[in-house]
Amino acid sequence: MSEKLVFDRPQAVIDRATHYCPGCHHGVAHRIVGELLDELEVTQDTILVTAIGCSVFLYNYLNVDAVEAPHGRAPAVATGVKAARKDKFVLTYQGDGDLASIGMAEIIHAANRGENIAVVFVNNTVYGMTGGQMAPTTLIGQRTTTCPSGRCMEHEGAPIRMTEIISSLGGVTYAARAALNNVKNIRQAKKFMRKAFQCQIEKKGFGFVELLSACPTNWKMTPIQANERIETEMIPYFPLGEFKDTLDEGGTC
Amino acid sequence: MSKQTERIFVKGNEAVVRGALAARCKCFFGYPITPQNEIPELMSSELPKAGGEFVQAESEVAAANMLLGAGACGIRAMTSSSSPGISLKQEAISYMAGSNTPAIIVNMNRGGPGLGDIGPAQGDYYQSTRGGGHGDYRLLVLAPATGQEAYDMTIKAFDLAYKYKNPVMILGDAILGQMKEAITPWQPEGIDDEAGREWSLSGAKGREKRLIKSLYLEEGALAGQNKNLQKKYEDMQSYVEYEEFETEDADLVVCAYGSIGRIAKSAVRNLRKQGHKVGLFRPITLYPFPSAALLALAKQGKKFLTIEHNLGQMVDDVRLAIRTVADSDFAPIYPGNLPIPEDIEGPVLEWLEGK
Ligand SMILES: Cc1ncc(C[n+]2csc(CCOP(=O)(O)OP(=O)(O)O)c2C)c(N)n1
Ligand code: SF4
Repeated sequence: MSEKLVFDRPQAVIDRATHYCPGCHHGVAHRIVGELLDELEVTQDTILVTAIGCSVFLYNYLNVDAVEAPHGRAPAVATGVKAARKDKFVLTYQGDGDLASIGMAEIIHAANRGENIAVVFVNNTVYGMTGGQMAPTTLIGQRTTTCPSGRCMEHEGAPIRMTEIISSLGGVTYAARAALNNVKNIRQAKKFMRKAFQCQIEKKGFGFVELLSACPTNWKMTPIQANERIETEMIPYFPLGEFKDTLDEGGTC
Repeated sequence: MSKQTERIFVKGNEAVVRGALAARCKCFFGYPITPQNEIPELMSSELPKAGGEFVQAESEVAAANMLLGAGACGIRAMTSSSSPGISLKQEAISYMAGSNTPAIIVNMNRGGPGLGDIGPAQGDYYQSTRGGGHGDYRLLVLAPATGQEAYDMTIKAFDLAYKYKNPVMILGDAILGQMKEAITPWQPEGIDDEAGREWSLSGAKGREKRLIKSLYLEEGALAGQNKNLQKKYEDMQSYVEYEEFETEDADLVVCAYGSIGRIAKSAVRNLRKQGHKVGLFRPITLYPFPSAALLALAKQGKKFLTIEHNLGQMVDDVRLAIRTVADSDFAPIYPGNLPIPEDIEGPVLEWLEGK
């Protein structure tokens, strides 16, 4: 009986071990990005802009041209890349500390200009790389190294819902939130990311996908507990779904 | 180089834009700040006509990072600002220096520190020549004194940025940016629009992927990167420019750069008419600093008086250059004031009387 290969590593993904902690979802998100670049046939035309945080080494795992941005500035760097190379597929991949804190101005304005780029936003409710400090997305009551007794509304304010903010901006073509905690949600994440990437391929403007993602190390949980936390604590505050989809309306510019 | 005979009457800021367009600048990223607003304004109307892209960024931070993105793609790109805005651009400038990315940054220096004023000053000399952002790095710094030099040096800046794969700063001031005078534009020949083809990002079709980064975590890797950068800065030392005026028989050499260098030239002319043996040394590249030429003058036994539109910054480089044989005195022109030749003649005469 001849064997039929049904599942393989995408061309866009390099065959090497990642540096992520066990149970971290960055690897899952990378895999989806790689699959989509191949499926949409843009791997060789992609310019990736990496951010600061645990994902800074994404360029070591993807077989694409890449440039490293300063903390939070990936959307501005991507704006420059796109201005220089309009025909390339330009992608940023950013954590919550990167995108929702230091880089808040850059993401809002790139989105509002309707830059023809795709943004993957990995929300794990902490600063992972620097050791688990409070992020703008840290949930009320969540303990981190800089809110050791738990984030409190009165002192630290409310966790920021980025997809809701992004979807309110005129320049945005597509904005959605998915989660990476189970197979069903991962499938949905890929579907949403495909649409976000499609915006750019069809030259219809800014595509954004938020991925609720686990950081078992800094949450001090097992990978299974971390998946459960996404379901029971994160999704109720960060609801999943498509918040803006004007892909069929011809985009923004 | 082909000469264009028709002269045009333009502000220094416009001369920079005309030079950039002649050098086939293809991307410009700006943010308003006086006294350089004519640069983004003119770019917004002229660059699209030349097939380029203009973006008004949300901040100087973003503009400089856009420049990093375009520079990494090997596209001739530029940003401009004035002092407080240049401070914000330092983050990306350090990253561009660290990742060998060519780019042009124009600073029309205004008075500081802080918000200062919108008048002319040279208070950003240290920031321009010492790095300004974090880490061990240098920019090539060109200091035009006239509209024509602003035009010529902007063209040259693009070639230098590509030659050294390094950010180049054009350091002017509010006098240069705002003053109108006649210039003769010319069109450089033989520009290679694809100059970065061997290293720039364009998608990995038919070749290995490329990475432009400044992070070096492996044991010894950062030391290696810094050694390479240092080697580049040593190579740059061969590129120096300066003007010497009436130095041959001069007892006292005034050291001044940019607009102040130009005003000092008038002062030297006036003082010569009165019989004083004074000359002018005007550095045109501030980094690399024309140390060897200054040292040669010092070895002839000349005395030095550095005059700057700040409280004493370039004087450090003058002293470093001549330290083995001589020293330099210093006279400040306070930032924000608009000096005239008499303001330079005054301290020179005082010095002559005192010696
Ligand atoms: C200007 C600047 N400030 C701070 C840092 C330090 N830093 C490195 S990673 C990081 C947090 C990144 O967190 P996040 O974006 O949530 O990504 P994660 O590590 O969780 O994937 C910070 C603050 C930096 N590199 N640059
Ligand atoms: S610290 Fe958190 S985000 Fe970083 S690799 Fe580990 S699990 Fe992933």
